[in-house]
Amino acid sequence: MAETSERHSFFVRITHWLTTLAFLALLVTGLELVVSHPRFYWGEVGNVNTEPLFKIPIPASRSLVPTGYGYTLPDQNGWSRYLHFQSAWLLVLTGLVYVGVGLWRGHFRRALFPTRSDLSSKRLMGSIGEHLRFRKPGAEEAWSYNVLQRLAYLLIIFVAFPLIIWTGLAMSPSLVSAFPWTVNILGGQQSARTLHFFLTGVLVVFLAVHVFMVILAGFWSRSRAMITGRAGAGQERV
Amino acid sequence: MSKLTRRQLIAAGAVTVAGAGGLAVAAKIARRYGLVPPDSGGIYGPGATLTYAAQRLLTRHSMAREFSRGQISAKPLQNEVAPLGDEFRRLEKAGFADWRLSVDGLVTRPGLFSVAELKSFPRRSHITMVQCEEGWSYIAEWEGVPLSHVLGLVGTAPQATHVVYRSFQTDWWESMDMADALHPQTLLTHGMNRGELPVGFGGPLRMRVTRQLGYKSVKYITSLTVTDNIKQFGKGLGSASPESGYAWFAGI
Repeated sequence: MAETSERHSFFVRITHWLTTLAFLALLVTGLELVVSHPRFYWGEVGNVNTEPLFKIPIPASRSLVPTGYGYTLPDQNGWSRYLHFQSAWLLVLTGLVYVGVGLWRGHFRRALFPTRSDLSSKRLMGSIGEHLRFRKPGAEEAWSYNVLQRLAYLLIIFVAFPLIIWTGLAMSPSLVSAFPWTVNILGGQQSARTLHFFLTGVLVVFLAVHVFMVILAGFWSRSRAMITGRAGAGQERV
Repeated sequence: MSKLTRRQLIAAGAVTVAGAGGLAVAAKIARRYGLVPPDSGGIYGPGATLTYAAQRLLTRHSMAREFSRGQISAKPLQNEVAPLGDEFRRLEKAGFADWRLSVDGLVTRPGLFSVAELKSFPRRSHITMVQCEEGWSYIAEWEGVPLSHVLGLVGTAPQATHVVYRSFQTDWWESMDMADALHPQTLLTHGMNRGELPVGFGGPLRMRVTRQLGYKSVKYITSLTVTDNIKQFGKGLGSASPESGYAWFAGI
């Protein structure tokens, strides 16, 4: 098997970086779109005449929104929308390839599902303790994910990303005309928008922790493993 | 990439060739079945094309969600409108008696319709959401004559692919494909919430395209042109929206 000689297989590496690219583009353009109406609502509808669930205290790019600031930011919605949806396609298609190939090759079972012993309270508490003390991971973790890492990746891949894609699609007036339940069970179009924003927060927190852990474990060796596939010198398979 | 074998290289080459060939065939089929939007060029063309093609395959005949009377927004948002000028004020003072909608292009009987005539045509109403690309929304009851009725009256040619519609605000023009033009919810709207359509919401005549964002529901409609060559209008991108950087298809 090719995977025994590589830390990360080619399909994991390429889908990882395509997802990174798509996610960063979605994040930047998504935040740009929020600037045009930095107010969030619950239910079907919301506008400046209705009470928001919460507001973000930033100036807006449209004069319609009463922000309390005496100026508006430059409006960048045109290209932001184009790029947001193009990146969403990249994310979704990459995700489909990742999940499809991953299932076919047993990637999730082998690399991500925790073993029964992993889930014992002793092992779990031990791993949580190591994380809380910011302990640099041992050599064995250059080749395998620890239990918290596995659970975090599974939650992001199979819960957070599907939810943010779903809430995004639930804002599409055309798509919900054919599949109204996709927005109805979320409580309405504005609820979908608000949930989409919260889920962005979840993914940003994940990204921050993920990058922090990579730095803690050794930024160059871990990044090289995800770029070239090689774990690097001094990190022979144990 | 330390361990690329010859077999892998050949396989990768075969996949690339097959992929490129597949894309070329897909593009040809997509064009033939009207799945390519007019703004399909440029760096955002792939995303815009995937979106439009997917929506036309999945949602060609679907109806936008309709709401109950109780869900109508108590305070709908009157979007900012650029000053409409003296000519508009004159028309408004006369109760829009002189307002005309011209219909031309690929039709057998081009014509001019007054608002009163349009109001005498069969009416349909629906309680639907207006969703702005900025993120806000409201629900209102809209009443008007289905665009399909007017297109039938003037005798639209079967090869028509798009309807271009223009506003009294001359820098605002849009177009839609026949799936939307013949859609039962697409109305030349003259009433709102069981009254006249206020000027602030697009009166005397507004196009309501229910399955797309608000910017396709153009206010102050003055003319329609039926065409089978959308590229000949403006800069060839389908409407004024892509010319100012916004997607032509706003169904997302």
